[in-house]
Amino acid sequence: MSDHNTLGEILRERGVSRRGFLKFCTATASMMALPPTMTMAVAEALEKAPRPSVIWLSFQECTGCTESLTRSHAPTIESLIFDHVSLDYHHTLQAASGDAAEAAREEAMHAHHGKYLLVVDGSIPLGDPGFSTIAGISNLDMLKETAEGAAAIIAVGTCAAFGGLPHAAPNPTGAVSVSDIIKDKPIVNVSGCPPIPSVITGVLAHFLTFGGLPELDQYGRPMVFFGQSIHDRCYRRPFYDKGLFAETFDDEGARKGWCLYRLGCKGPMTYNACATMKWNQGTSWPIESGHGCLGCSEPDFWDAGGFYKALSIPTSDLAGAIGTGLGVGAAVGIAAGAMAHKKKTDAEHEREPLTVEQLEGES
Amino acid sequence: MSKLERIKVVELPAEQNLRPLLHEIGHALRKLADRGEEHVIDLRAMPFGPGDEAALMRFLGEGEASGRVDALGETRIRESRFPGVWLIDHYNEDGGRIALQIEITRMPSILRTPPEELQDSLAGFGLALKERETN
Amino acid sequence: MTPTEFLVLTRGPLFDIAVTIFVFGIVLRLFEVLILGRKADLAAARGAEFKPGMATVMRRFVPDREKLQGSPVVTILGYLFHVGFFVCLLLFVPHIELIHSTLGISWPGLPTAMIDAVAVITMLALVGLFINRLNSKLLRFLSTFEDYFLLVVVFLTLFTGYLAFHRIVEPYPTALALHLLSVELMLVIFPFTKLMHTFTAFLGRYYNGAMYGRRGVES
Repeated sequence: MSDHNTLGEILRERGVSRRGFLKFCTATASMMALPPTMTMAVAEALEKAPRPSVIWLSFQECTGCTESLTRSHAPTIESLIFDHVSLDYHHTLQAASGDAAEAAREEAMHAHHGKYLLVVDGSIPLGDPGFSTIAGISNLDMLKETAEGAAAIIAVGTCAAFGGLPHAAPNPTGAVSVSDIIKDKPIVNVSGCPPIPSVITGVLAHFLTFGGLPELDQYGRPMVFFGQSIHDRCYRRPFYDKGLFAETFDDEGARKGWCLYRLGCKGPMTYNACATMKWNQGTSWPIESGHGCLGCSEPDFWDAGGFYKALSIPTSDLAGAIGTGLGVGAAVGIAAGAMAHKKKTDAEHEREPLTVEQLEGES
Repeated sequence: MSKLERIKVVELPAEQNLRPLLHEIGHALRKLADRGEEHVIDLRAMPFGPGDEAALMRFLGEGEASGRVDALGETRIRESRFPGVWLIDHYNEDGGRIALQIEITRMPSILRTPPEELQDSLAGFGLALKERETN
Repeated sequence: MTPTEFLVLTRGPLFDIAVTIFVFGIVLRLFEVLILGRKADLAAARGAEFKPGMATVMRRFVPDREKLQGSPVVTILGYLFHVGFFVCLLLFVPHIELIHSTLGISWPGLPTAMIDAVAVITMLALVGLFINRLNSKLLRFLSTFEDYFLLVVVFLTLFTGYLAFHRIVEPYPTALALHLLSVELMLVIFPFTKLMHTFTAFLGRYYNGAMYGRRGVES
């Protein structure tokens, strides 16, 4: 396939009608969380979208992100997008292996220097380069080398975006995120453990459609997907506002679908699109299936003080603190009070009454 | 019987999550009636809870007109019991839903023939006619 | 320190330390006051102590007409602030959760939209009180550094809570941690400053009422 083909041309070659193309654009706009009025703008842009080369690097990861993507929501749309991008290197998905695979990466890097899109999943160990290598190249070296000629980098998953599970205390491998290493390239963080598949493809589609990266939040995440907290978009929010909570996973509140805040839901601190895009082909999402949000799209979510503790609850032994305060306070208070009392009575005893005679004698 | 089974499953009152959407449809319908302005609502962007979509469908009901487009999978089009409010349900070739939209319009855009295809259509028609007449 | 680490610190060890100092200080001060006691009244009692004492504690919740006319700003804003502060403190659901998790008691909260409105009114009342203190010659003369400092500390607890609730400070863990930190500051200074009036005001009222009651005076 020629590199000069636009997406519009490729679709027409495949016999996709104009209606089919518009339907594709509708679904793509929906996937990018754009308002439906943008469908025509998407159509116009996709019509002319060139075919980008994509290099996908996997470092300290569990392949969950790739699994999420390949089991995604709208196979037709995703496959069209993936047919359209030229996925030149992905060591889990590609047929080639060994030297041939590495050669493909090098070739793509040289042929599309400055133009290819780099996708990374997994964190990078700084502790010892030997913790994770591909074809004898350390993750750090491979990332630096490949990022050098990339137009932009998409860090897929919480590991690549923020260090993720490998970064959790005590971080034995010295794992860091892509943005900890690469400072001079535009980076989009698509966090989540794993990210919602449509969010991954949505960012790709955005790059395809508009040739650039979407608007990002302070963590480098696309605003359209991470702009609102789980809590603000949660269908159980009215129960929170009314103060109706499930206390355990099998009580009446749990059955009636009340708010899971008390069971440790991290919805209020978590920014992601689960509440609207959902999982498993739009079937459900964690809170809808009765479990609180773990906060997997946030930095350090593993170390945020326990998955089953409500967010406003102190993480430590408060009863002990109160007990200590009470005990010591009472003891010191009694002592101080007794001392003050003694001082007062002593003063009373030692006081020498002044008589009228004395006063008169003084004057 | 475990404790869990003794508790009745209650369908959430759909009211609380549906209300804003129904009002948006109402406003859009007024604009269509007064000024002919059209509107599209993407239901993927809605924080629906369980039962909300079904409640929406019950509320909208089914009207006189319906249609079907086969392009990259099926698209089902159905006017609700409120004329001017259409449900557009897009599926892919594997039968998975890829988009669900409400269009407030007199004619859903996907049913209209795209102008880009008219030239091809004309040429194709001419060719077919010629073929028929030469035979 | 990452925002999450900051939150874990303020939710954990710092909160423990603050609560320990708070409880320690309150108990210390109360014992001190109670043990010191009052001078024995040797005159024959003309009336009961307990009932008039409690009655005074309750009666002084109602604004006094003279005070209202004498210093309307302080009275009205003062009431607004106190009621608002306790509504926010005791009827906001995450606060109830905190109390529930530590003391095991719980009660229904107010809808968050109402808390939001009350918080704004409470903050405005505090700002009004601060300006009033600066503007009034008499109050300025009477005020010490502590008075201004306490107004700022209490305002910060409300303001950081408001910022966290509305996610004005990003990211959320930082906002929540800042709120916790300001509350911890308040808890630590509480027993050793005028904030202690939260407890001693009632002791004072009771002593007053009881004293008058014993003398057979209607208070």
